[in-house]
Amino acid sequence: MQRFAFVLLIGSAFALMLLGRFDNVAVERVRLGIVDAFTPIMDVVSRPVSAVNAVVRDIREVVDLRTELARVKEENERLLQWQTVARRLEAENSGFRSLLTAKTETSSFLIAARVVADAGGPFVRTVLLNAGRRDGVSKGQAVVNADGMVGRVAEVGERSGRILLLSDLNSRVPVVNERSGQRGVLAGDNSEWPLLVFLPNQAQVQPGDPIVTSGHGGLLPPGLPIGIVASIGEGGVRVQPLVNWHRLEFVRVVRYDLPRLESGANGER
Amino acid sequence: MVNADASDSIGDRLAQVARNGAPGLLALLFVLLTLAPYNFPGSAQLMPPLALMAVFHWGVYRPDLLPAPLAFVLGLLQDILSGGPLGMWAAMFFLVLVVMTYQRRFFLGKKFVVEWLGFALVTPVVFFAIWLIGSFYVGAFVDPGALVVQAVVTAAFYPVMSWLMSAVRRLVGGI
Repeated sequence: MQRFAFVLLIGSAFALMLLGRFDNVAVERVRLGIVDAFTPIMDVVSRPVSAVNAVVRDIREVVDLRTELARVKEENERLLQWQTVARRLEAENSGFRSLLTAKTETSSFLIAARVVADAGGPFVRTVLLNAGRRDGVSKGQAVVNADGMVGRVAEVGERSGRILLLSDLNSRVPVVNERSGQRGVLAGDNSEWPLLVFLPNQAQVQPGDPIVTSGHGGLLPPGLPIGIVASIGEGGVRVQPLVNWHRLEFVRVVRYDLPRLESGANGER
Repeated sequence: MVNADASDSIGDRLAQVARNGAPGLLALLFVLLTLAPYNFPGSAQLMPPLALMAVFHWGVYRPDLLPAPLAFVLGLLQDILSGGPLGMWAAMFFLVLVVMTYQRRFFLGKKFVVEWLGFALVTPVVFFAIWLIGSFYVGAFVDPGALVVQAVVTAAFYPVMSWLMSAVRRLVGGI
């Protein structure tokens, strides 16, 4: 009997390994249900952890408060100038728009969420969020934080969402080189710096080029900042993300709807 | 230890249940803590699987309080919550517990160093298996560098966790 139980459990472990490899719908559904059930618990467990993280960060900040203050003051001055420019452009734009009677191109809004689990390991780069379908999160949406794009929603439960980080092996995001206008695809390979692939002409890329989402395919809003070209070599073009992978705590899911999808095709909410 | 006469109050029984459940609950907490987001460089890659230590420790000292099927379920939970290969940690936790249950006599009554050495021998075997399973899952042989470091961190962490679990074991009673 005991031997039977042993064989059964080991057998089911290997069966799961095979099933998980080939995206079985039923397995996925059960998995999402369990993740959903445990997300509130992970939320509680991760709170003391993030409290400790916050203390460490506070101490670090107090240490270089002076330089930080100077930097922020300077930045604020610069931003105020930009604000004036932005106001003027906005007024100008709305004037033009009314002249053209053009519909506002897109609507997007942000859903705030907290990272409750961070599953690294050498095989996947994903994090778990405490926001799901009931908060308006759905599969494929972009996830950003204050620095830039973090990844995309890969799975959604009722109150949980799994983000595939840009660095994951399976992450593919259509991007554009903001300087040259060249399109490409940002492909993760489980390293910290993803690769820029499918470039029409690699010679046009320079280190330091800003990379943003292209909006190609319509799932992601165009122009989300992602990173800068860090190195160009035989291994390909590597992009250093603006996001600091070790500081993912609060993120925002971008709900983005193209106007043509809003009317009919987009059934959810 | 269990004295089930009528004088046993409900409180006593509850305390007994709590004591017997402590190893399992602790191991569950370890699973969750392993996956919590720690914001320091490399944390997600280097975080040792704490529940592996629980499985080893309870396998040696109190396998009756952490049965193998429970180890399987805890491993499966870790697989599911981490979004990694399904069945990977389930198989590992289960096998380690079964092996330790059979080998426990060798460790009982020995110095702590022997226990630690035992864990340090089991860890590379587990991580080698993890590497094979994960590579199958990804579809290519993954760079084993990070796993080697993680295995070293795991073995190095064992004394702290073992000390913690020994304290709990004394509360539970028994060896």
